Amino acid sequence: MKEIVVISGKGGTGKTSITASFAMLAGPEIVTADCDVDAADLHLLLKPDFRIEHDFYGGFAASIDKSLCIGCGICASVCHFDAIVENDSIYSVLPIHCEGCGYCTEVCPSLAIQMHDRFTGKWYDSTIKTQGRMIHAKLGIGADNSGKLVAKVKKEARLIAERLGAEIILIDGAPGIGCPVISSLSGAALTVLVTEATMAGFHDLKRVYELVKKFNIPAGCIINKVDLNREIAEDIRDFLKSEGIPVLVEIPYDEIFYQAMTAGKTIIEFSHNAIAEKMQKAWSETLALIG
Amino acid sequence: MKVAVASGKGGTGKTTLSVNLASYIAEKEPVVLVDLDVEEPDSALFIKPDHSSMLPIYKDIPVWDAETCQLCGKCQQVCAFNAILKLGREILVIPQLCHACYACTGLCPTGALTMQPVQMGELSHSTHKNLSYVESRLLLGEEQAVPLIKQTIFFVSHTFSKGELILFDSPPGTSCPVIEVMLNSDLIILVTEPTPFGLHDISLAVETAKSLDKCVAVVINRAGIGDNAVHDFCKANDLPLIAQIPHQREIAELCSNGELVYQKFPEVQRELDKIASYIAEFQGK
Repeated sequence: MKEIVVISGKGGTGKTSITASFAMLAGPEIVTADCDVDAADLHLLLKPDFRIEHDFYGGFAASIDKSLCIGCGICASVCHFDAIVENDSIYSVLPIHCEGCGYCTEVCPSLAIQMHDRFTGKWYDSTIKTQGRMIHAKLGIGADNSGKLVAKVKKEARLIAERLGAEIILIDGAPGIGCPVISSLSGAALTVLVTEATMAGFHDLKRVYELVKKFNIPAGCIINKVDLNREIAEDIRDFLKSEGIPVLVEIPYDEIFYQAMTAGKTIIEFSHNAIAEKMQKAWSETLALIG
Repeated sequence: MKVAVASGKGGTGKTTLSVNLASYIAEKEPVVLVDLDVEEPDSALFIKPDHSSMLPIYKDIPVWDAETCQLCGKCQQVCAFNAILKLGREILVIPQLCHACYACTGLCPTGALTMQPVQMGELSHSTHKNLSYVESRLLLGEEQAVPLIKQTIFFVSHTFSKGELILFDSPPGTSCPVIEVMLNSDLIILVTEPTPFGLHDISLAVETAKSLDKCVAVVINRAGIGDNAVHDFCKANDLPLIAQIPHQREIAELCSNGELVYQKFPEVQRELDKIASYIAEFQGK
């Protein structure tokens, strides 16, 4: 079982549209996972049926029992997140600031503070339009710990893949370089880097690739919107060459990405065209890379 | 006044709007642009600041002293983030998992754990005429953006006066990094594109902002692609749709080169003017 993680550093490079096209081309044999949990869009193209829904509790928050609180304020003095506030000698927790460390519960002399599980979001086990399985999630509004929800999605995708004997898990990764993307990358056999021929696209590609390199994960790259800026496209090619990263495919700027998305379709379904052929090539190259 | 430019979805034009709006406003009055997308800060590619001053930004993590430690294991027991492990006669600290809550150091009976600073990022700042620019950059391998965002906002609040207009170029998404920015903003301008992805992600961003009791205004970027669902969403939810930046390949080409677009596209400047007026009016209220 091998995990292919599609990431981009920068948003809006076409990562999700490309992942969805790969899922269509791969068919029902693979398991798909959406690890971009706080702006999850893959379901808009792959139309999962949200068949099984689970709540996920990924952290803790403190709460103060007012009947036990003696108003000493020790809790507020030790909290490094300014999460405990006083109003007329009555102390309470601001959940949005509470990191769930539990320091306050340890120091409370009247045992008035308890830690409870905090709702992080929901995750789903679905069947998508290819009849394949997809694990995806929705982060709760204002919720913390998206990295843990990403880890949960990956874990469930692995369990399903094992049970079904699927050889490939295709993962739509998170943007950035912080905990959600680090969590997306753990255990990956290959990363597909999606970039665009813009200064910002190139800058973010270099940063996220440093991370991929740190984890020793092999990579291939798709250069999208390649004709938007020919000089930057050339700089990207030089960079990829110097790092030994194969170019899976180059895709010209095309509004079909928006048109297909608006129709709720992947590029593959939308029409038989040059871009769909590029996707086909990119997927074959990706499969060749993981062997 | 602090205004956050945020989006939910990445790649909708947060940075493009932030840098163009800041530069446009700076033609007449002072403005501070702060890139808080600390994982992937891109505003500098457009602003091209020179003579930046750099400051290393630190977070505190516990350091173990074997001599004074009694190996009671209290630190491991109280750490909610699994950042401390007691392995045989050693205490091991995993800095990436530490949230700097100070529980281990505060509760250690012998004072064997002390908090010491390690660098997590760097902040740079510069001023050119009316435009001040501040950026923070998370070091590679650091997982937590929020402490760096907090310290950057702290720096900005203590460096610039309350009366100045401060624009935050926010991180994407709707989780903790964006929430930290929204909490510290008076007004949130959400940039979206008129597509199903844009609609889905802005609806989450609106819910997030509302859960924090924040005022929201919407800007549509790449107006002309996709459909009318974002317009309908704004209408149905009573959200002010304050500007629509037209979709043109030529605009995307200019942006790709790190260039500002409003001087060359009067239709973009017109929309920036609407946003600037909205902010001024909001500030007046």
